[in-house]
Amino acid sequence: MAFMNSSSPHQRVRRSTSQIMLLVILCLIPGIFLQSYFFGFGNLLQIVLAGIVALISEGVILILRQRPIIHTLKDGSALLTAVLIAIAIPPLAPWWVVVIGTVFAVVFVKQLYGGLGQNIFNPAMAAYVLLLVSFPVQMTSWIPVQSLHPFSLTLMDQINALLTGFTLDGYSVKQLSISIDGLTMATPLDTARNALHAGNTISEIFDSPEYKASSWEAIQWVNLGFLLGGLVLLCKRVIQWYIPVSFLTGISVFSFIAFAYNPDLNISPLFHLFSGATMLGAFFILTDPVTASTTVKGRIFYALLIALIVVIIRNLGGYPDAVAFAVLLGNMCVPFIDYYTQPKVYGRAN
Amino acid sequence: MSDSIQQTATQDESKSEQAAVYKELAWQGLWKNNPGIVQLLGLCPLLAVTNTVTNALGLAIATLFVLVASNSLVSLIRAYVPQAIRIPVFVMIIASLVTCVQLLMNAFTYELYLSLGIFIPLIVTNCIIIGRAEAFASKNSVKHAAFDGLMMGLGFSAVLILLGASREILAQGTLFDGIETLLGDWAQDLTIILYHTDTTFLLAALPPGAFIIMGLIIALKNLIDQRVVKQ
Repeated sequence: MAFMNSSSPHQRVRRSTSQIMLLVILCLIPGIFLQSYFFGFGNLLQIVLAGIVALISEGVILILRQRPIIHTLKDGSALLTAVLIAIAIPPLAPWWVVVIGTVFAVVFVKQLYGGLGQNIFNPAMAAYVLLLVSFPVQMTSWIPVQSLHPFSLTLMDQINALLTGFTLDGYSVKQLSISIDGLTMATPLDTARNALHAGNTISEIFDSPEYKASSWEAIQWVNLGFLLGGLVLLCKRVIQWYIPVSFLTGISVFSFIAFAYNPDLNISPLFHLFSGATMLGAFFILTDPVTASTTVKGRIFYALLIALIVVIIRNLGGYPDAVAFAVLLGNMCVPFIDYYTQPKVYGRAN
Repeated sequence: MSDSIQQTATQDESKSEQAAVYKELAWQGLWKNNPGIVQLLGLCPLLAVTNTVTNALGLAIATLFVLVASNSLVSLIRAYVPQAIRIPVFVMIIASLVTCVQLLMNAFTYELYLSLGIFIPLIVTNCIIIGRAEAFASKNSVKHAAFDGLMMGLGFSAVLILLGASREILAQGTLFDGIETLLGDWAQDLTIILYHTDTTFLLAALPPGAFIIMGLIIALKNLIDQRVVKQ
């Protein structure tokens, strides 16, 4: 009888890559559910479309690279990337936006670097940045929460809007993103920044009708949904606490510094924590085992660095959200961080 | 009688040798040692101005002219330049040629001159030109040096135009947009519209897109080379 020899630790949960990816996708469900509850089915359609495109493009590139196809497709990493991209883009963005983004993420950011485990950059975030830089108009027209819709949108309406840019009644997505009182819809972060640039103070912004129309509560709920999913991931030990905790602490501390310096010109820490992609980033994107730092100290430093960049870009920059840019910049620093945070070998001086 | 036969035989030999030299130079410049996609020289203008075919063509012609002229001049004076100060002398020659090109473009193709901007004077610092002057022209005869400059320039131009065309198609769906700034008003009809789009694919027009497409072109070249080796 042969015994299996393996080194310690001897008691542990062993999960295959596909199990981990599946768990992460499952933990995204609360956030996705809330997002589609507030913004309509567009979101789910984007996820389906992105998933199909991701599988096809991964299959094709694997054939070209002459690698095992079924084995790699089964690991689910392409699906996870697709889901993350679909979550990040506006629900009624035209279909080609999500297709270009997914193909870029899977083919260019992941497979051309050598496939899963070899990529330097987080594929979903690289794709988001590509789309945001290339199609600023499509990527910033978020539709209002459903309760504020001037028109009620059926499922067929949304499918049509996604494919052709118009609903069945002939309204364009541009019209949809303007609510009854003629205010254009942007994300809360976007609204706050535009108003700040226009010379308003924070308290004025929070009282303004633009801000109240900007689906602030919906975004908060979606963030709470991702927080819940993230906590499940933590309990299941798919991710470790270092990155989420230090990222959220970093966001709070750095934004508090700016807020304390001038509360009229800088948004509050609480607003930072529950808007944009903060929670999604903290639990699902920064914790990507491939592109994040691998040492304990390194992970803390990596998360703090990204938090600092997020706060700087949100407070001073010109883009709707900063998490994607900050993650890419953080990814670039990972080899450097890893090099200087190697743990000491036990039993050796220095 | 036999002497003269021998003579013509050696002449033929040297002729075929000559032809072989030129063939080798062309092969090196256009494909095997292509300055754009193999030596990766002069990447700065290559990536910066190739957002349309017109810009790419303008820069290609300017670089080609400077490369041929500088190679010939360097080769002409190679016997008289002391080894120690050869690089400054080469740079002086290249700089004066580039100044000529700049003034000519300012005079005859003013709009193209504006859209190429800083990248015309920057031809001085293009590594291909100083590289060919130092590595080839300063050691070879005028004829060979001029031919080498022509082939290297054509190889570089081909990459520029390929890159410019693919970026222009991806970004705006056109080809030869604004060609009249280079060739004069008669060329206006040359602009080809491949498809109409309300939104431009900005990435292709921006430098990151240039890097990505450049990478794809290099991959394509390596693929072709591999196929040829296999056969």
